[in-house]
Amino acid sequence: MDLKTPLYDAHLKAGGKMVSFAGYMLPVQYKDGGVIKEHLAVRNQVGLFDVSHMGEVVYEGKDALANLQYVLTNDFSNLEIGRVRYTLMCNKNGGVIDDLLVYKCSAEKYLLVVNAANREKDVTWMKQHLFGEVEFSDQSDRFVQIALQGPNAKEIIGQLTKEEEIPKKYYSFVEDANVGSVSCILSRTGYTGEFGYELYCRPEDGLKLWDLLLKSGQKYGIIPCGLGARDTLRLEAGMPLYGHEMTEEITPLETDLSFAVKMNKKEFIGKQAILDKGEPKITRIGLQLTERGIAREGANIYFNGKKIGQITSGTMCPFINKACAMALVEKGIVEIGSPIDVEVRGKKITAEVVAIPFVKK
Amino acid sequence: MANTAEMKFSKSHEWVLFDGDKVRIGLSDYAQDQLGDIVFIDLPDEGDEVIKGESFADIESVKAVSEAYSPITATVSAINEELMDSPELINSAPLESWLIEVEGVEEIEDLLSADEYKKFCEESEEA
Repeated sequence: MDLKTPLYDAHLKAGGKMVSFAGYMLPVQYKDGGVIKEHLAVRNQVGLFDVSHMGEVVYEGKDALANLQYVLTNDFSNLEIGRVRYTLMCNKNGGVIDDLLVYKCSAEKYLLVVNAANREKDVTWMKQHLFGEVEFSDQSDRFVQIALQGPNAKEIIGQLTKEEEIPKKYYSFVEDANVGSVSCILSRTGYTGEFGYELYCRPEDGLKLWDLLLKSGQKYGIIPCGLGARDTLRLEAGMPLYGHEMTEEITPLETDLSFAVKMNKKEFIGKQAILDKGEPKITRIGLQLTERGIAREGANIYFNGKKIGQITSGTMCPFINKACAMALVEKGIVEIGSPIDVEVRGKKITAEVVAIPFVKK
Repeated sequence: MANTAEMKFSKSHEWVLFDGDKVRIGLSDYAQDQLGDIVFIDLPDEGDEVIKGESFADIESVKAVSEAYSPITATVSAINEELMDSPELINSAPLESWLIEVEGVEEIEDLLSADEYKKFCEESEEA
């Protein structure tokens, strides 16, 4: 039986088409919206997402940092309080267990935001590798998470929040912000490639915050957005998605996420396996179809008649109005501008290798 | 607005409109609503044969690809070229946006009236 987020009834009321996703019933799109309209609202005005399905875990204690340094690939030794950092968590073979965000709340307290579908797997793995003086807790049920994304997000937050409680830098947060009398973590993060915020509040305040943001955002063109637009936005922004561009069989280097892997750290799970593998033989590329059609996940791609890899995600990107895709291919064969073929349901259609992100704003 | 009273519907969510020897086939309003924003369609060529119960078109929405199934065995006499450049017309006017026109009908599956189809969709929703 799928779980309902505290905003479930609000979605139904707004005409949300509910689908089962990562154990939750969530809106894929809304009746008055649709993926394209919701996508464009985020690019041009502002959109609101219920992302309460994401998981939140906390490491607290003297050895919290040491634990993160060991279990995650990025380096948190120089992370400042109030800042956020993207990281990966690898298995012993160097494959990716999950990608996540780490929020530094204090010298001894870190909040981690993990993918909903991976939450149980992550929690088990993290618990298995705890050491020293640290308290670990899964606090996912204590948060409603709402994403306010789009160029007008700043005006809406500005109306509801004191200036000093608004995080200014990208990937920074305020732990005890007051947004229209709702106490929440307010962070300058998002998964759309747009300016925006993510807000974490108590479940009992979730509906109030949701309604408040929608009401305050009315004059700025806000609309609620579903999972459909979230996926097209992230793809257009070239952001990898777990299970597509990342899996337990692929190392972060092979999917072009080496920026989140600090090989000069003394030790972390997966480091030795990544070292042993040597230079990655595959890489992640972006491509745009030059012929009509859409390339979906799993489609084979060819260069000069030779199969070089597979699409990992693909869709029609509404803002640039082009069919785009990400793919994992053999390294060193194609470059930006290379013409390639994508096999879509038995037919080969032409495409071109392009830079990621697809949308440039 | 198309007159649904003259239309017949398949359980795989296509509409069929008979006009003498010619028959037009499109996607039902229910189907387009389920698919969401349609961004690409791949139709057969004129002269191709479509077969009852078999797929004749790929319909791509932003969400996913799905297929349209022919309720009729016949030969394609025309395709709706307008949809090639504007597939979103299926969303805005599904009952006017025919996909293909066929002739030389050999076989037709049992089709539903508009009322029967509406009931069928409601029952599928509840199931």
